[in-house]
Amino acid sequence: MEYNPKIMAFLCKWCSYTGADLAGTSRMEYKPNVHAIRVMCSGRIEPTFILKAFHEGADGVLIFGCHPGDCHYQEGNYKCLRRYHLLKKYIRQMGIEPERIKLEWISASEGKQYAELVNSFTQTITELGPCHVKEKMAILT
Amino acid sequence: MAEEKQKIKMAVYWGAACGGCCVSVLDVHEALFDVVAAADLVFWPIALDTKYQDVEEMPDGHIDLTLFNGAVRNSENEHMAKLLRQKSKILVAYGSCSHLGGIPGLANFSTKEEIFQRVYFDSESTTNPGKVLPQIEYQVAEGILELPEFYNDVRHLANVVDVDYFMPGCPPQTARLVEVFMAIVSGAELPPPGSVIGAGDKAQCDECTRKKSENKGIKKFYRPWEVVDDGETCFLEQGLLCMGPTTRTGCDFRCIEGNAPCRGCYGPTPDAIDPGAKMMSAIASVIDEKEPAAIDKILEDLVDPAGYFYRYSLPSSYIRRKMS
Amino acid sequence: MKKITIDPITRLEGHGKIEIFLDDAGDVKNVYFQVPELRGFEKFCEGRPVEEVPYIVTKICGVCPGCHHMASGKAVDAVFGVKPPPTALKLRDLFYMAHFVHSHIAHFYALGAPDFVVGPDAPKAERNILGVIGKVGVDIGKEVIKQRRIAQEIQALLAGHQTQCMMNVPGGVRKGLTEEERDDIVKKAEDFIEFSKFSLKIFEDVVLSNQKYVDIILHGPYSLKLHSMGLVDENNHVNFYDGKVRVVDTKGFELHKYAPADYQDYVAEHVEPWSYLKFPYLKQIGWKGFIDGQDSSVYHATPLSRLNASDGMATPLAQKEHDRMYGVLGGKPVHNTLAMHWARLVELLYSAEHCLELAQDPDIVGKELRTPIEKVVGEGADTVEAQRGTLTHHYWTDDKGVVTKVNIIVGTTNNNAAINMSIKKAAEGLIKKGTEVSDGILNMIEMAFRAYDPCFSCATHSLPGEMPMIVEIKDADGKLIQRVQRN
Repeated sequence: MEYNPKIMAFLCKWCSYTGADLAGTSRMEYKPNVHAIRVMCSGRIEPTFILKAFHEGADGVLIFGCHPGDCHYQEGNYKCLRRYHLLKKYIRQMGIEPERIKLEWISASEGKQYAELVNSFTQTITELGPCHVKEKMAILT
Repeated sequence: MAEEKQKIKMAVYWGAACGGCCVSVLDVHEALFDVVAAADLVFWPIALDTKYQDVEEMPDGHIDLTLFNGAVRNSENEHMAKLLRQKSKILVAYGSCSHLGGIPGLANFSTKEEIFQRVYFDSESTTNPGKVLPQIEYQVAEGILELPEFYNDVRHLANVVDVDYFMPGCPPQTARLVEVFMAIVSGAELPPPGSVIGAGDKAQCDECTRKKSENKGIKKFYRPWEVVDDGETCFLEQGLLCMGPTTRTGCDFRCIEGNAPCRGCYGPTPDAIDPGAKMMSAIASVIDEKEPAAIDKILEDLVDPAGYFYRYSLPSSYIRRKMS
Repeated sequence: MKKITIDPITRLEGHGKIEIFLDDAGDVKNVYFQVPELRGFEKFCEGRPVEEVPYIVTKICGVCPGCHHMASGKAVDAVFGVKPPPTALKLRDLFYMAHFVHSHIAHFYALGAPDFVVGPDAPKAERNILGVIGKVGVDIGKEVIKQRRIAQEIQALLAGHQTQCMMNVPGGVRKGLTEEERDDIVKKAEDFIEFSKFSLKIFEDVVLSNQKYVDIILHGPYSLKLHSMGLVDENNHVNFYDGKVRVVDTKGFELHKYAPADYQDYVAEHVEPWSYLKFPYLKQIGWKGFIDGQDSSVYHATPLSRLNASDGMATPLAQKEHDRMYGVLGGKPVHNTLAMHWARLVELLYSAEHCLELAQDPDIVGKELRTPIEKVVGEGADTVEAQRGTLTHHYWTDDKGVVTKVNIIVGTTNNNAAINMSIKKAAEGLIKKGTEVSDGILNMIEMAFRAYDPCFSCATHSLPGEMPMIVEIKDADGKLIQRVQRN
């Protein structure tokens, strides 16, 4: 069966989800591998979500937030940024390529940038191959 | 006329364990007399001469309460977990190893092969020119000798059998054991099966006696030998990693009393599905930097994230073993 | 051939089983003592910051976590090239003496004594601490429990918790003692001394006054001529915390005396396919198999071997008891396995006396608890005596102090070959053509290992698995007769 990457994306309501919406309403074409989940703020995103995504079969996870300084709740995106850096360190230690998660800032007007980021990340995840966390964790050896 | 209360039948058994949980039971000290007044100990290898054969011959459900400590890391541990599930009315995962995987769970960073290599071939004091390794079945002149099969993955108890209750701690604080035991023998109503008992629902920080302020920004993670703890301020505020923010109470703050930061043996607070991820979230949030490069610089001193955040709980986490 | 299995062995710490093969006549053909457990500390400590290792290796054993905590703390000091200040060293020693008091009390009364107090072939259900309390009375039982509790409390005061030991940091300890705490410990140490004397009296009354037991100790199938290992101070007196490793031969003459860091020149570990536990032996003699005697390379590391390997005890009352024991048993070295129980009580008395000495030392309430760390040397090895034998931890780290390699030789592991042979000898002595192999007989075989106070969680800190194997059978000249391959 051909490998079709499964990518989870978490988007904050105020900037990035709106930006993604713009990509849609503007009929921009981009790869369909992303499953989007909207949260109120990127500061709501915690490592548990990303780890659960891998555990359930994701090959890559995208995190989108408002640009630094523009967070609707002031500092939420900074919290997200710090967690993202620690999480990369942790998953590298666990033998998962840190490139499988990516944090990007997208404003409400950046529909084009959203589409481009989705395409390039899908390409990265295609090249990295399937993640295998789900299969590996499913069987006790 | 007073009715003589029937004694409950109790067992304590160890899987891949260190014996500390059994010692925590012995550490009831003078309360031992209350325990034996209320319970017949029927199986406890550290202290009693009951053998496996005797347990096999017990009727199902014969044992009222079994405290199973230790992780499941070989076929013997798994067999005994299943046997004791069958023979017990209440099965408690007692201590960090059976609750979450425990320290033996750290072996999930390596494979079985990597571990043999180290122990039987590469260890500096080992002389093994014939590259001999222990065998599950080995023919000697007189017959066949058997050893249990060692698994690649360390498991916590709930991965192997249905568990009625979880008692956290490495080891569980004996005072909590006595409370739970007295509740069971007095016939008090027990929480629903699957509950964590003998531990609080709040995080350590809630009741910790160390001085706390609102200033929780971390500018540097100090290795413990780089600073001298002042003995009274919150560890995190001194830049010393402490798992207090997401670890349950129940241990009576024994490490804090010893001037040591918490390492999370009582397991995560009820809202955490993955035992280390909430802690990563909490710690990362208070890193006092906004630029990626500066954040990475601070994180450089956090040399072993998985070993800090999953010290006692690797087998029960989402990424429960290192991907090879 | 008939096979009798004892599974699991009981009244000890850890997992083990015994397989006894009988020939058709009903005599013992061979006996194997197998350790079925392993966990992998020597592998999974890799990647951990070295200062965290003293809190991880306490989980090698929950009965003697303090031993690993101390050996580890000393090895970590060496990794940083520092020695703790005098107060810190004395606090560690004080903790350690309380640790010995707890463990030796637990072993004697709960694990070993049932065989003597209740009787080796008493019904199974009575051969335990409750049976002992039933025989000696509740008051004595309460005193045993109380003294052990106090020993645990002293450790908790110094280390946070007696099992979850958090005391050691690189270069020292985390917590000091106040004068009130010290005064309280002085009183408790005095009580320990009285209780130790009392325990020796119980041994006298229950064991030494009973001719049947004396016969078992002196003439029963529980005797092996082995070399003895133990840590000694500069006066060659028994020391648990620090010193040099001394090995004396079966006649009592010094074979080796070495600094702990040099252990690899003196001790090597042999592997057998039927046990997960390795078999240490004296490297310079070379592995000669499961034989005892002067020419063997097998040694033991137990309370008895510590006393054998020393010129005496460092405290006066323990020295008197040491002399009394050797007087009764016929001089040094003693090879009667069951005498380990007696030696253990002599050590209990020493621990109590030394505990008092330390508590009365003015340095013990000093404020200087840590030596500052200036560099990472990157390698450290050191040794303590665990209650069950000589314990060595050896760590290698990178320049950030993160562990790259670990090697540990544990107290009980030293005794693996000796335990095998002791069990075999007991079985051969107790099961002969026509013997009805009762539960009591099997328990008397187990008594052979119980004297060693084994700790197989300790011993089996490391992990193996399933792999292809080649067995080569060679004749006495080393010529290959047969080669058998599996997988």
